[in-house]
Amino acid sequence: MENSPKTLFEKVWEDHLVTSETEETPAVLYVDLHLIHEVTSPQAFSSLRERGLRVRRPERTLATMDHSTPTRADVLYGGMPKGAAQNQIATLEGNCKEFGIELYDLKSKQRGIVHVMGPELGATQPGSTIVCGDSHTSTHGAFGALAFGIGTTEVAHVLATQSLLQRKPKTLGINIKGTLGKSVTAKDLILAIIGKIGVDGGTGHVIEYRGDAISAMSMDARMTVCNMSIEAGARAGLIAPDETTYHYLEGRPMCPTGTDWDHAVARWQQLKTDEGAAFDKEIHFDATALEPMITYGTNPGMMMPITGRVPANEGDAALNRALDYMGIAPGEPLMGRPIDVVFVGSCTNARLSDLRQAAVLMAGRRVASGVRMLVVPGSQEIKRRAEAEGLAQVFVDAGAEWRESGCSMCIAMNGDSVGPGQYAVSTSNRNFEGRQGTGARTFLASPLTAAAAAVSGCISDPRQFLN
Amino acid sequence: MEPITQLRSKTVVIANSDIDTDQIIPARFLTTTDQDGLGKYVFADWRFDDKGDSIEDFVLNKTEANDCGVLVAGHNFGCGSSREHAAWALRDFGFRAVVSTSIADIFRSNALKNGIVPVEVNDDTHQWLLANPRCEVTIDIGHSVLRLPNGTQCVFSIDSFARHCLLYGVDPLGYLLSQEQAISTYERSHPCGQ
Repeated sequence: MENSPKTLFEKVWEDHLVTSETEETPAVLYVDLHLIHEVTSPQAFSSLRERGLRVRRPERTLATMDHSTPTRADVLYGGMPKGAAQNQIATLEGNCKEFGIELYDLKSKQRGIVHVMGPELGATQPGSTIVCGDSHTSTHGAFGALAFGIGTTEVAHVLATQSLLQRKPKTLGINIKGTLGKSVTAKDLILAIIGKIGVDGGTGHVIEYRGDAISAMSMDARMTVCNMSIEAGARAGLIAPDETTYHYLEGRPMCPTGTDWDHAVARWQQLKTDEGAAFDKEIHFDATALEPMITYGTNPGMMMPITGRVPANEGDAALNRALDYMGIAPGEPLMGRPIDVVFVGSCTNARLSDLRQAAVLMAGRRVASGVRMLVVPGSQEIKRRAEAEGLAQVFVDAGAEWRESGCSMCIAMNGDSVGPGQYAVSTSNRNFEGRQGTGARTFLASPLTAAAAAVSGCISDPRQFLN
Repeated sequence: MEPITQLRSKTVVIANSDIDTDQIIPARFLTTTDQDGLGKYVFADWRFDDKGDSIEDFVLNKTEANDCGVLVAGHNFGCGSSREHAAWALRDFGFRAVVSTSIADIFRSNALKNGIVPVEVNDDTHQWLLANPRCEVTIDIGHSVLRLPNGTQCVFSIDSFARHCLLYGVDPLGYLLSQEQAISTYERSHPCGQ
C-alpha cells in the first residue's frame, strides 16, 4: 500500500529496511549513525576482535567519552588517576585508533555528552536512524530521526554490519495542545506525560509527540521531551522536523551545504505523519494547565505538581517502598523541604537554554548556605558559550561549582555523586534508588525548579522567583 | 551460545515492580571493560549495606536462593538503562530466565542475547508464582510454555527468531553477517546522506 497514509515513524522505518521482517526473521534495519562511548563499547570491540571482524562503516560511527570522565578541569587535563575509569577511557582510545573511528577525546573542544554532541555537530539529521549503547539515544528523535538505545551485543552488530535485527515497534501518538505557562518547561511536560501513561506506558512503542505545544518548542526543549521517552518505557520518541529544526541545523559542521542543503530540506519536509495515518495508540494532553512538576519517588512516573502533596495509599507496596527510601511521609507536601544538593546537568537538561533559565533565576542570588550546587554543561561547546554569555559567572558568583562537560552526577560514575541519605534536586532523568550515589535521594525537576531550590535551600516553586 | 530447549529450575521471587537496571547492577560497577564476573554485583545495593555486609533478609542472600535459576519479579522488570551488564550479571549469578507480567524492551533484547529467557505471563500465573517462591517450574522454549508444579500451563510470547536462536544456539550476528549482499545493495541505493 505505497500510497496509504503513513506515520512519520513508518516513513523512516521503511526507508531503512535492508530486508523486511517475516514471521521467522526480524527486519534488517540499516543504521545511518552509530554513536559510541566508553562504557558500553569495550566488550563489543572485544567481540569483533575475537571474530576477526572489521568495523563496516567507521565513517558512520562517532565516539565520545562522557560517562566516566572527570568534570574537574584539574583532573581532566592533569591526567586521570590510574584505575578502572581511566582504563575504560584508554580502551576506547585504543579501539577507535585500531578500527579507524573518529573520537572526540578528553582534549577535544567538541567533546560532550553523546546526546548533546550529536545534534550540536549536525550529525543528528531528520529521517535518519541513529543508535547508541545508551537508552537516552531517544533524544535525537527531536529531529525526526528514529533513534534508540541498544545493548552491547547490538553495538557489536552495528559495528560489524551497520545494521540491526529489529521487529517493527508499535506507534503511540501523543497529541499535546495548548501553551505551557510561564516558568513551566519541557521537563515539566514530559514528567507529566510519564506520570499519566506510566513508566511502562510506552513499552513496545515509538512515541510521536505532536500538537501546538510541541511546535512552539525550541530544539533544546524538544530534545528534553524526546530524551525521557525511555522513562515511559518507549523504544524511541519522535518529533516531525519543521522550520525550527532546519534553523537549528543549518550551518552545523556535519550538515550539508549549498544545494545539498536545499535538497536535504526538501526531503525532510516529507517527514511528517500523513493526514489519516493511524497510530496503534493515541492519547491527548493539554499543556495549558500544567504546573512545574517534581518527582517524589524512585521512578520518574512518581511525580506531582510542585504545589501538590505526595500521594497516600496504604495498599500500594511500590509507593510505600519508594517513600520509605525517600524518607517522605505519605500525604506530605514537598514545598519547603530542605535539600542538600542541586545538580543542573545531563543529556536531559544541560543545553544552553537550560543553563540560561537557571542563570536568569539565580542572577544576583546566592546558593543557600549548606547547599552544594553543581552545574555541568552538556558539551564543551556549551561550556564556552555559557562562559561567553556570562552564565558561568552567574553560577560561580552564586557559589555553584562550574564544571567541564559530562554525564557527571546523573549517573555518578565519575566521582560526582550525592551522599547517602542526601536530598538532591536534579535536572537529570532518573530518580532510581542509588542512581546519583549509593543511598542518594533524587527529586527530578526542571532547571528553573532546580535553581529555585538552590537559592532557597529547599524545594520551591520557581514562579515565586520570576515575574 | 549453547542450545537450550528446556529449563527446569526453582524460582526466587523479588516481587517489586519496576525493577530498573540500576538496581540489577549499579552504575559504579560499569567501569569494567569485561563482561565476566559481574554476578557478585547483582542487586548490590539490595544485597549489601553501606559497610559491605550482607543484608540477611534479602532473598538473594539466603542459601535457599543458591540453586534457583528462575527469577520471578514484579511488573515492568528491567526498565531504565540499556546496560547489558544487567543481563551479564544475572547470568553470571546463575539466572537463566526472568518471569514477570511485563519486561522492558531493551532488557528483553539483552537477555535473549545472553541465554536468559524473558517470560511474560498472565496475572493469574504471576500471582501464583509470587505466592509460591522456590517452586520448581519448567520453561519449554520450543512450545513457549511455562509449566507450574500444580499442572497449570501458561503460554508465553517469544519472538520466533529469538526462540530459534535459543533452541539451536544460533548467533544473531552470524545471521546478520549472512545478509552482507542485501546490506551492500541497500548501501548502493542509499548513498551517505540520501
